[in-house]
Amino acid sequence: MKVDISWRFIRVWQRNLTVYRASWKINFLPPFLEPLFYLIAFGVGFSGLIGPINYETRQVSYISFIAPALVAINIMNNAFFENTYGSFVRMYYQKTFEAMMSTPLNADEIIIGEIVWGATKSLIGTAIMLVVISFFGLVSYPAALLILPVAFLGGIAFGAVGMYFTGLVKTIDLFNLPVFLFVTPMFLFSGTFFPLSGLPVWAQQVALALPLTHLVNVVRALNYGTFNGDVVAGLSYLTVFSLIILPLALFKMQRRLIK
Amino acid sequence: MDTYLEKLNVNNYEPLITAAKLKKSFGNFIAVKEISFAVERGLCFGILGPNGAGKTSTIKMIYGASPVTAGDLFVFGLDVKTQARVIKSRIGVCQQENTLDPDLNVIQNFEVFASYFNIDKKTARARALELLRFFALEQRRNEQISQLSGGMVRRLIIARALINKPELLILDEPTTGLDPQSRHQVWEKLDTLKAQGITILLTTHYMDEAARLCDELVIMDNGNILVQGSPQSLISDYTGRHIIEVTEPGKEFLTYMEGKDVRQEDLGHRLIIYAADGHELYRDICNRFENKDCVLRSATLEDVFLKLTGRELRE
Repeated sequence: MKVDISWRFIRVWQRNLTVYRASWKINFLPPFLEPLFYLIAFGVGFSGLIGPINYETRQVSYISFIAPALVAINIMNNAFFENTYGSFVRMYYQKTFEAMMSTPLNADEIIIGEIVWGATKSLIGTAIMLVVISFFGLVSYPAALLILPVAFLGGIAFGAVGMYFTGLVKTIDLFNLPVFLFVTPMFLFSGTFFPLSGLPVWAQQVALALPLTHLVNVVRALNYGTFNGDVVAGLSYLTVFSLIILPLALFKMQRRLIK
Repeated sequence: MDTYLEKLNVNNYEPLITAAKLKKSFGNFIAVKEISFAVERGLCFGILGPNGAGKTSTIKMIYGASPVTAGDLFVFGLDVKTQARVIKSRIGVCQQENTLDPDLNVIQNFEVFASYFNIDKKTARARALELLRFFALEQRRNEQISQLSGGMVRRLIIARALINKPELLILDEPTTGLDPQSRHQVWEKLDTLKAQGITILLTTHYMDEAARLCDELVIMDNGNILVQGSPQSLISDYTGRHIIEVTEPGKEFLTYMEGKDVRQEDLGHRLIIYAADGHELYRDICNRFENKDCVLRSATLEDVFLKLTGRELRE
């Protein structure tokens, strides 16, 4: 596999930013409203049913347990959906990549530009969410600011997975498969809404193999301002995961774009 | 647009494009079979052929979107295999499909496209306005792409392809699907561009378009180049100046024609006769067969095309 990437990938990123800025008021809404709805429904509505949860050596309220998980889920969703549905529409329906290929940009730069854009959306969404959940007094600063670079790293990881599927699927409907088999189970079983210790041991081991579990661990720890082993393990996992998936996504997409 | 030529660092002596035994295959399918041709600077060069002839595969290799399977291909004297980026910065491409960015309005389409060439925003805007004026699209600058008609979209794609002041403009079926008014407008603009010294490489199925625009052309079929020449020379070489078409020729007529030393093609309900000078034969036919539906006309590129590539459908 030959890879040829120059800094020009930033032009692809800028193109997406230009489009995003044109309707930023609408684009800002989901990361603003989503955590709000979840926090009200689960945190306020459920909290009467669920007592405090043990985290490390202390107890935390249910609402502050799920808040960082919501941030992690948002990181996953933003990048994954941007680099599946979003990238696919640009590639297949809008012929945006075809136009780019006739300019000095090459396929590798288009793919990387798209993934970096997906990660940027994760980052923007995270920043907005942190503001929202801060109003609930759930974030410990300044450690929690480290969640921002983590959001970018997580965005690269999940965006690369999304891009891999974009290189793979024949039609846009087929994205239902990775969403249903990959994203939804992770959403539910990655220590998001209940601690992993509530699962049987084998299920805990499966969960530890999945990237969202590690992203949740890191974001949660930083949210509480604790630097535990989870942070090191999670960041290592996400870095290695990205380094494996990125070349795979590049390879799949190269085969799709270069004919 | 007046300053166009000054900006070009022109070396007039070598061909702009040279292809030698150029080949493209997709798995077992060979789309382009070792073709060789050269495109001179300042000309409009046409690639004609039925669907699946290898036209688009050929031009995609020229603008670096598709890797060369075998053979040599040089554009501006540079090897496309190693210098694609430099080559792409010096050409403008108008693809077959509408590749305008529907997420952006008209002027943004120029600005963002220019950014892919590292053209700064101020220059891009100035050039965009100039091009919009040239293509009579000035009033549309803030509209969404979805609001434009087919003819406007086509003109806009061509205009956008000129944002980097290319030395070579590649047009893949530029007028497919356009109404006659729009086609003629596109042709006029291309004439003006050609007069300014830009080299044009064009693919088309429309023979009238090729005859109107091209100085030189090749006819391709099944991945091969069948012939190369100017439209006029191809007509005189392959069909002769005149065509006589006879509807429902009948046995008697066919027997009469068998004795004549002229090229002819029997299509069942129609007989096509190719003649260098058809006047005498036409008078002769009209005198002998008074009731025949018989037409004498000038031969066109379409006659050459059908003669060389056959009449069966390509799907």
